[in-house]
Amino acid sequence: MTRLNLTLIAALAIALPLSLLAGQVWIDPFHPAVANASTILMELRLPRAVLALCVGGGLGAAGAAMQGYLRNPLADPGLFGIAPCAALGAVLSLWTGAIVPWADAAWTLPLFALIGAGTAMALLSLIAGREGGVATFTLAGMMLASLAGALMSLAISLAPSPFALSEIVTWLMGALADRSWHDVWIAAPGALLGIMVLRLAGRGLDALLLGEAVARSLGVNPARLQAMLIVGVGLTVGSGVAVAGIIGFVGLVVPHLVRPLTDRRPSQLILPSALAGALLLLIADCLCRVLPLAGGELRLGIALSLIGAPFFLALLLRMRRGHSADGGWG
Amino acid sequence: MLAACNLTVPKRLAGVSLELRTGEVTAICGPNGAGKSTLLACLAGLLDGGVDAVSIGGTALDDLHPEERARLLGYLPQSPEVAWDVSVETLISIGRLPWRGAPAGETAEAIERAIIALDLVALRQRPVSQLSGGERARVLLARVLAGEPRWLLADEPLANLDLAHAATLMARFKAEACTGRGVVVVLHDLAAAMNHADRVVVLHQGQVFADGAPQAALSEAVLAQVWGVPARWLGEPGGRALSL
Repeated sequence: MTRLNLTLIAALAIALPLSLLAGQVWIDPFHPAVANASTILMELRLPRAVLALCVGGGLGAAGAAMQGYLRNPLADPGLFGIAPCAALGAVLSLWTGAIVPWADAAWTLPLFALIGAGTAMALLSLIAGREGGVATFTLAGMMLASLAGALMSLAISLAPSPFALSEIVTWLMGALADRSWHDVWIAAPGALLGIMVLRLAGRGLDALLLGEAVARSLGVNPARLQAMLIVGVGLTVGSGVAVAGIIGFVGLVVPHLVRPLTDRRPSQLILPSALAGALLLLIADCLCRVLPLAGGELRLGIALSLIGAPFFLALLLRMRRGHSADGGWG
Repeated sequence: MLAACNLTVPKRLAGVSLELRTGEVTAICGPNGAGKSTLLACLAGLLDGGVDAVSIGGTALDDLHPEERARLLGYLPQSPEVAWDVSVETLISIGRLPWRGAPAGETAEAIERAIIALDLVALRQRPVSQLSGGERARVLLARVLAGEPRWLLADEPLANLDLAHAATLMARFKAEACTGRGVVVVLHDLAAAMNHADRVVVLHQGQVFADGAPQAALSEAVLAQVWGVPARWLGEPGGRALSL
């Protein structure tokens, strides 16, 4: 356990209880003036905070692993097409209401998203084949992503009812509002398991530092590494999309912020990125809750993209000015 | 002993048979496209097609666990791109990956030995992006040495190096061979092969054209037939230069 990880865990330990107090109703822990304070804390805010940790942690770890695997600081967990396929699954769940009236939307939507993510993982493993080359695999993943995106647009345009349409479009924007414990049970196992798999892939990602040939010469089995990436990214991103919709930029930005604080080996980046992603999402979700906005609260996915896009631009400009391409900011 | 038996890779190698010995520096020479890098990759167990035909100490590379193979065969590709701007010491530590589960002390010692062997003590904390070409070549070789492989397979390690750095690297290869390692180097610089190698294998159109002591394998007749140029060796043995 490095000092960076311990610092991040300490920050999370402080931020988590504080985040529970903030919201449309502020709760003073010493003089709980609000009547149903404990219900708000336990049934609304705690599951929401735990979800932020799971989703943010998963996206952070997946982003770090993807950048390590593609040896590219601009890689993002969405590249493999797992997130778009999960979103497609969620959109398709619109029809279950029409076909199976007794289906509970609180379960069907995440379930369909998980099936979408699982399908993407299966397709990716079929594409991956035995050789385990990075370039073909990545291109195939990007094609899968754009295909899923097109099918999703098609499904949205054919939505069974205008209400369902507006609901799904809002859902896709990504948020953690009004989530409950059952969402936690959907997201947490996948996120934790996925982060563990990605941690195990760290050795192989380190070997890739000098390219695929050297990685093979160091005893890494490229097909196995690819399988670990598919499972790890699939579980973290799939379960994240299933409960929170599409939340961008965490997977891209967080590894960048964390990398200069590590020795820059991909294996050393995965856990701190998971912790920092969890922290970022926890704080961002808290801000969304607090910021006054007509007609409800700011969507988390929008808020993060609002922060993330300028960050990305600044990164590109720095790269053009000749700074190291892997996010050195010292 | 590292041996290739009738090694064939479509369009690259046509039935190459070789027996390489430890304790000597073997140079693989040949014109562009002769299959030198392919042969080296096959010897390192990196090409699926060639693996059955290559054996180490009588065991086919295919039958070895990848990590066991990695501990026996160190592979230095032609100036690979380093993906992340790690420090010299971190990059060298990558060479220890096949030794999973080795005691931490042993790992640190191996890294230290590699750093000292290539005179990198002053550079150990330097990010690799700030190294000169010669320093970089030394660091990349140190990465392979840190893995303490029985065999050192290097693909054109002297490319883009100035005279002094090339000499340092060749001296290091010879020193490693003297400690009982097998060293196999793909070389474009025929003078370096002539002066420093113990044995030269000349590849031509995917086949072994000549194999033996440098004077014989790189004789003027071979140069004329394989490279198609009338060249003459000048100078004394050990300090020869090629004149066209």
